Amino acid sequence: MSNTAIPAGRIIRFALLSLGALMILAPYIFMISTAGKTQSDIFTAALSLVPQHFYFAENFAKAFAKVPMATLLWNGVVVCGLIFLFQVVVAIPCAYAMAKLKFPAARLMMVLVMLGLLVPIHATALPLYVAFDRMSLLNSYTALVAPFTISVFAIFMFLQFFRAMPDDLLHAARLDGMSELGIVARVIVPNAWPAVTAFAIFSVVAHWNDLYWPLIVVSKQAYATPPLGLMYFRAAEAGDDYGALMAATLIITLPLVAAFLLAQKRFVEGITMTGLKG
Amino acid sequence: MSALSLRDVKKSFGGNAILNGISLDAEQDEFIALVGPSGCGKSTLLRILAGLDHADSGEIVVGGKDMAPVAAADRNIAMVFQSYALYPHLTAGQNIAVPLAMKRLSRSQRLPLIGPLLPGQKDIRAGISRDVHEMAAVLKIDQLLDRKPGQMSGGQRQRVALARAMVRQPSIFLMDEPLSNLDANLRVHARGEIVELHRRAGVPTLYVTHDQAEALSMADRVAVMIGGNLLQLAAPEAIYNDPAHIEVARFVGQPRINILPAVADTGFVDFHGIRLALLEKVANGPVSLGIRPEFVKLAPDGRSGLAGRVERLEFLGSEVIVHCRLDASGDAVIARLAPHEARDLIAGMPVGVLLPSEQAMVFGPEGRRLRIENTAAPARQAPAYV
Repeated sequence: MSNTAIPAGRIIRFALLSLGALMILAPYIFMISTAGKTQSDIFTAALSLVPQHFYFAENFAKAFAKVPMATLLWNGVVVCGLIFLFQVVVAIPCAYAMAKLKFPAARLMMVLVMLGLLVPIHATALPLYVAFDRMSLLNSYTALVAPFTISVFAIFMFLQFFRAMPDDLLHAARLDGMSELGIVARVIVPNAWPAVTAFAIFSVVAHWNDLYWPLIVVSKQAYATPPLGLMYFRAAEAGDDYGALMAATLIITLPLVAAFLLAQKRFVEGITMTGLKG
Repeated sequence: MSALSLRDVKKSFGGNAILNGISLDAEQDEFIALVGPSGCGKSTLLRILAGLDHADSGEIVVGGKDMAPVAAADRNIAMVFQSYALYPHLTAGQNIAVPLAMKRLSRSQRLPLIGPLLPGQKDIRAGISRDVHEMAAVLKIDQLLDRKPGQMSGGQRQRVALARAMVRQPSIFLMDEPLSNLDANLRVHARGEIVELHRRAGVPTLYVTHDQAEALSMADRVAVMIGGNLLQLAAPEAIYNDPAHIEVARFVGQPRINILPAVADTGFVDFHGIRLALLEKVANGPVSLGIRPEFVKLAPDGRSGLAGRVERLEFLGSEVIVHCRLDASGDAVIARLAPHEARDLIAGMPVGVLLPSEQAMVFGPEGRRLRIENTAAPARQAPAYV
């Protein structure tokens, strides 16, 4: 009895997990399927996963033809890269100072960080838009990147991570002749990779997929990020071409999926080490 | 002029006094052990000396120079931490090279990528590498240089930490309980090595420990710190045989010294038939009598000495610790006997407790040592028992 009982429990658990995974994956699978269908195929009453005619090549060709896909992807890489770079450059020294140095404004800064966590971008969007407009910076990388360079979430996350670093390590570094900046560069950063990787996931995923802010500050295709590029599909075509749209969506989600699969182990490591869950 | 002096160093955290004015001088090649129970301020003192913490008041003078305006990085003080504090992302060799690189290479030469291309740094790097290998050979860790701290045992890490501290020839060497994370065997072995390294370096060494055996066996002089006060700074023999304060007597010595309540009366101290003449004027009242356990003898027949009872015996191989209680006063007395002396003793039996008056020390009500006749020098002659 007990021999069969354990596998039975396992089978149920596995079935439940598979079902959950399937539900989460369903839209993505449907997207892949739709990317391979003809327009008429998509609008048939029958819901079938397997396309009647394999139309992948045509849909992908259309996706590349309708929007400057290379520009979109390049913009996505530049914007996400710059945002992530600035966030890390600002947040690491800031979090180090708050975690390990004693200064009078430390408490005030902590309060400010907490407050910052509570304010969403939507609340500050309008004043930021006006400011960028006055500076004639709309339709630029600056407008896309600048509002996100200081990430209170990053500061908060690194702060937690740095607090766990032993003080003796920093004392040893000081006695070895390092300045505070030297400590950040030579001791903190090399040992903060798990936290940086974990934060990279949150930051890159959020900004790669962000539609809200690019929609506000960008109106030219030259600066459009991938999600914004998808908007042009609808605008450009009279009848919505869902096949090509799905093909394009597939293309822009591919880099994230590939990146995750390649660095899966490190990502999971980073997230579990910092005690954060996505 | 001493190589290192501390003058009335005070420190308090949020109203709690941690250091109540510590003064200390160390000679050029002296090994001083700072010993005391945990929380007595010894590590704080070390941190202040290293420049990692600031004293509220007081002076720190190293080689005739006031250290107050000098940052930790520029003091040329090396420290070995209890946790070793090795850089986890660097190999042992790189760890040892860090202080040399920080000292010898210029800011631009230290830059990654660009640094190694700049002129003049090649010879310096070769010199650093040579010194690292030399140091590693001294500490016998040559074969570990390519390993990261995570791949080393505690003893190996401790050696790497020692090498990193010594390699740049510091002007002062500080150690904060460097052996407390090692197992007992390794610890005894490492004691000798550290003393040997101190000889080689020839610079003042301040060694913080809570282990009195370490302090007594390694140091030229022992500084006993209790409750933020430096109670006594003297050679190990003097600390043990001639403690200046009741807390020092209590802290040093295993098993602990017997402290018995006695009474001072017109220049004499009385304790159940022991009568000692005081050399200093003391107000009449309670004082404490201290006798080390090794001087206490027991008479199994109970016919001589103070009447008492054996409560417990601890057999330790080369010696036997006998816990007794005096019938008259109810005080506990510990005797440390050779096994043959304790052969006839069993727990619960009545016994005569012999306390040699020559070996007795008297401490005043506030703990200060009071001098008595005939015991000015630590007596080693055969004691006469009452």
